Amino acid sequence: MTDQENTEINVTHLARLGRLAIPSSNHASTAQELQNIIAMIDAMQSVDTEGIEPLSHPLDSEQLLRADVVSETDSREAFQNNAPKTEDGYYLVPRVVD
Amino acid sequence: MSAGLEAGTYTSVELTNAHLDDIEQRNTQSNSFITIAREHALAQAKAADAQRANGDATPLTGIPIAHKDIFCTEGLLTTCGSKMLSNFNAPYNSTMVERLNAAGIVTVGKTNMDEFAMGSSNENSFFGPVTNPWDQSKVPGGSSGGSAAAVADGLVACATGTDTGGSIRQPAAFCGITGLKPTYGRISRYGMIAFASSLDQAGPMTRTAEDAGLMLSYMSGFDPRDSTSANREDDWLKAIAHNGIPKLDRPLTIGLPKEYFADLANADVIAAAQAELAKNGHTFREVSLPHTQAAIPTYYVLASAEASTNLSRYDGVRYGHRCENPTSLQDLYERSRSEGFGEEVKRRILTGTYTLSVGYFDAYYIKAQKIRRLISNDFNKVFEEVDLLMTPTSPTPAFGLNEHAQDPVAMYQQDLYTVPTSLAGLPALSMPCGFVNNLPIGMQLIGPAFREDTILAVAAQFQQITDWHQRHPGETA
Repeated sequence: MTDQENTEINVTHLARLGRLAIPSSNHASTAQELQNIIAMIDAMQSVDTEGIEPLSHPLDSEQLLRADVVSETDSREAFQNNAPKTEDGYYLVPRVVD
Repeated sequence: MSAGLEAGTYTSVELTNAHLDDIEQRNTQSNSFITIAREHALAQAKAADAQRANGDATPLTGIPIAHKDIFCTEGLLTTCGSKMLSNFNAPYNSTMVERLNAAGIVTVGKTNMDEFAMGSSNENSFFGPVTNPWDQSKVPGGSSGGSAAAVADGLVACATGTDTGGSIRQPAAFCGITGLKPTYGRISRYGMIAFASSLDQAGPMTRTAEDAGLMLSYMSGFDPRDSTSANREDDWLKAIAHNGIPKLDRPLTIGLPKEYFADLANADVIAAAQAELAKNGHTFREVSLPHTQAAIPTYYVLASAEASTNLSRYDGVRYGHRCENPTSLQDLYERSRSEGFGEEVKRRILTGTYTLSVGYFDAYYIKAQKIRRLISNDFNKVFEEVDLLMTPTSPTPAFGLNEHAQDPVAMYQQDLYTVPTSLAGLPALSMPCGFVNNLPIGMQLIGPAFREDTILAVAAQFQQITDWHQRHPGETA
């Protein structure tokens, strides 16, 4: 099965959105796995949710706010110790603009 | 252990050395630790002994514990069970680690886990599976499998865990220990690597309810650095260090949700546990949580959606795994992520990406959030007539290594009895209550929001009249 045959799940599109490289030889099996998961998830469509408000915080509490003052110190060096590649305090990536 | 330190029978340095020797010797078989932190632990033990000599000791001062490898620990690797973070040295401590450090605990190491806490068997770890101390051919449960196995094996008395859909309670049940998932917001999420932020909650994994209460009292508290942290003052929680966990002043009405008792392999064990609880005067009532069956699909929509968003931060630029010789920025992102993440993590990122994408958002994400409210309403309604709920923690005892590894959907069903509580943000505890085929069975107590006191009190009562929590692997069950 290729992506074109599977109208439900377009692995190429999803992989691009999720910034994952999935070799084309695995697309059919990946689509099948996702299809199985979506079929399991679709069981929830039968629940009647007419007039129900979505719940995003489990206890419905309100967002806390803090005063707009500096609360963190500069830890650039400590953080950049974990970076794969840095120079002069900058993170290095492949050239984006030629 | 705390009494031995207080009486001067041994020092924390002696105790810590003995623990480290034991862990180093036995970890080759159980694989419950990713990092054994000898130097770090001995420095903390020395400081703990000094703290005690100064008269500043808490009941936790000098006690060796282990942290799930999801908590940032300054100076130690924090891998989250992933190749992506296999070289990550956290530049700061999580708030929870900071609080326990202030109490004087000793961190002997970081425990194994399913990658990014995604799994129910600990088989999804980049560092290999953990075996169940009760039977080496079985899984310890997950995702906090290393913490559960380490406590069950006697390698540490206490470990920390996290629970998104059952990741403290299910491994606690499979390994025959006590595990508490507190109310959402009780323990700060700052410095705890995010999986699904509206569900993630840290908690203690111990042998007894008393120890779980003690750990909770030091782990919890308001944290302005976590915007969902609960800002509350509970007197019973502060008093635990001196008075132990609270006692009940009356018998309770305990609900048995009928949806949790269908097709149960361990029905006899749960019925016997119920009879034990009845000896303390508690009465039981059958109740219904009608939206239970919808919880697994709802959970997988919300958790995967949140995960796909949270895990977008792993880009191979600022920290974590980076692929060799990237040809472009896109190539760097895609190959770093594909090499750094395991199969289950990629599966959930794709699932979350699908349900959040244009055209599906209302049908999946918003629909799931609505069902989440219905599930929460179910609990609120039953807590108008009962004080607590009692259920099995898991539909089966520990299953075999590789038994469900090839079938993610079957694996997801393992969480049927733990996921609804997570969606509702409620506190729940699992503790051992018997054996089936020489494997421990867990019983779950679920309470209203912020009523860990009631849960712990009933658990402590149960542990006074039973000894399931004192059984050790290797002894006859």
